[in-house]
Amino acid sequence: MKLKGRSVAKGVAAGKALVSRQRISFLGAVEPTTGVVVDKTHDLYGKGVASRVLVFPGGKGSTVGSYVIYQLKKHGKSPAAMVILDRSADTIVAVGAIIAEIPAVDSVELKLELELGAGAAEGEGGRGLLRDGEKVVVNADEGYIEF
Amino acid sequence: MHLTREEERIYEGEAGWTRQKAMEILVAIGEINDASMLIPIKTAHLSGASYKTIGDAFEFINSLEGRVAVESTLNPVGMDLEKEKWREMGVLEPFAKKQLAVLAAYKSLGVSAECTCVPYLLGGGDLPKKGEHLAWAESSAVLFANSVLGARTNMEGAPSALAAALIGKTPLYGLHQAENRKPTVRVKVCEREKCELADADYSALGFLIGNLVGDKIPAIELPVSSRPPSRDELKHLSAAVGATGSVGMFHIKGVTPEAEEEELPEEEIKIGKEDLKAVFGGAEDENCEPEGTAIALGCPHCSPAELRRIYGLLKEEGRGRKVRKDFFVFTARAIKESESVRREGLVEKIENFGVKVKVICDTCFVVSPAFEGYDCVLTNSGKMLRYVPLLCGGARARLCRTEECVRGAF
Repeated sequence: MKLKGRSVAKGVAAGKALVSRQRISFLGAVEPTTGVVVDKTHDLYGKGVASRVLVFPGGKGSTVGSYVIYQLKKHGKSPAAMVILDRSADTIVAVGAIIAEIPAVDSVELKLELELGAGAAEGEGGRGLLRDGEKVVVNADEGYIEF
Repeated sequence: MHLTREEERIYEGEAGWTRQKAMEILVAIGEINDASMLIPIKTAHLSGASYKTIGDAFEFINSLEGRVAVESTLNPVGMDLEKEKWREMGVLEPFAKKQLAVLAAYKSLGVSAECTCVPYLLGGGDLPKKGEHLAWAESSAVLFANSVLGARTNMEGAPSALAAALIGKTPLYGLHQAENRKPTVRVKVCEREKCELADADYSALGFLIGNLVGDKIPAIELPVSSRPPSRDELKHLSAAVGATGSVGMFHIKGVTPEAEEEELPEEEIKIGKEDLKAVFGGAEDENCEPEGTAIALGCPHCSPAELRRIYGLLKEEGRGRKVRKDFFVFTARAIKESESVRREGLVEKIENFGVKVKVICDTCFVVSPAFEGYDCVLTNSGKMLRYVPLLCGGARARLCRTEECVRGAF
């Protein structure tokens, strides 16, 4: 399955999908040296973003969040790539991805569906299902994801 | 977004990695906000200066090369930069080392090392002018620049202001465009009551307005019984709106250069005397007992007039006594060293009220790690009322008028 997206930060990367239906406040919710989500109210609580393809609705909160994404990269704990769903990326995630050089795309037509605690994202019109843990390629140079 | 040939060249990396990154940031922000082009800015003001807030991300700033393209100022760092002073504050060596490295990274890019949240109080007559485009981070300064000076800036984040400084441009959207600067909600203050707003009343008012309007631009209608607000009162209003809200501008007739031209919106919010009073204590859980365990003034940094007033109040309330509680006054180094403040000996006179009284430059209560051991802080700042409970190791804050803050010190 190949879906079109818009390039937010250039590059190509692949990894296992980590799917969330909630926005992430990187400053405060993600520990910058381990990549673990420490916000108890978040659906990714306790999970690590390191080397995963983070599929989520975008960021929120302080603009310092961009620098947290940069710190994750420096500690080797950043997502391999980011896919921002359904809408335009916010500036926190876009800027974070650019300075940390993490490939990122937005405007990908996926709908989120979480089943039995395992995240999955369904393609527009039921064309496919991106399951949590499934391998995804993000090509932000050409603007698409493939899984 | 349309880029000129020169901008395109930078975007493709032909002007080096630093300018490429900066251009990528501006383009990404521009595209997200449907900007049509980049426009030149007069000055930039950068946040992300204290090691306490940006941590090891300063390596990003360290990795940048070249110089900023426009005059750029910096927010407060995590300590007074005089060695004797930061030691006295109790800042530990490892923090100080990191903080000096952060500052050196900004300086090597040509950013002014004047670390303050009130760039509009420096530089004498060289203030931003009506209609001038800026890229400022630091919400209190953004609100002041847009609402009092009539300059135009969006509420920049730390990386976007830095990118704008490096390129000398910012995407054209939001508060840079006249149509997005119009008021969208009326705020009637003490509509049928007699209120004489002064001093920290403006902190309380801003605190409420930010909470109530979110991202709507308020047209604030001050009570007719009140004298027009002073610059310092407008500074406190700006800081408090920026702390609790997410809007970058307000309108006040007689203050905001554009306010005369605008039609008033339909939506209305009312704020009464009792609402204002409630911000001063008692109503909110995080407020603390009236005596306090420390006093902090100068958020945003004190102007010369405020330093003068604090000295006057210390004389008046002290009646020959020394201050008993830790009493901090924050200001900009350029203000401390300004001709009038030095001639009057204001800093020495204030510090003569006891060893617990300290006039501190380059930093503030919230962005320094040195002030985390307090239980209850008295302040005249609505911005501190919001951030002390979040960022100061569990301390609480209580909003008081400046004279009550000073009285509490003895």
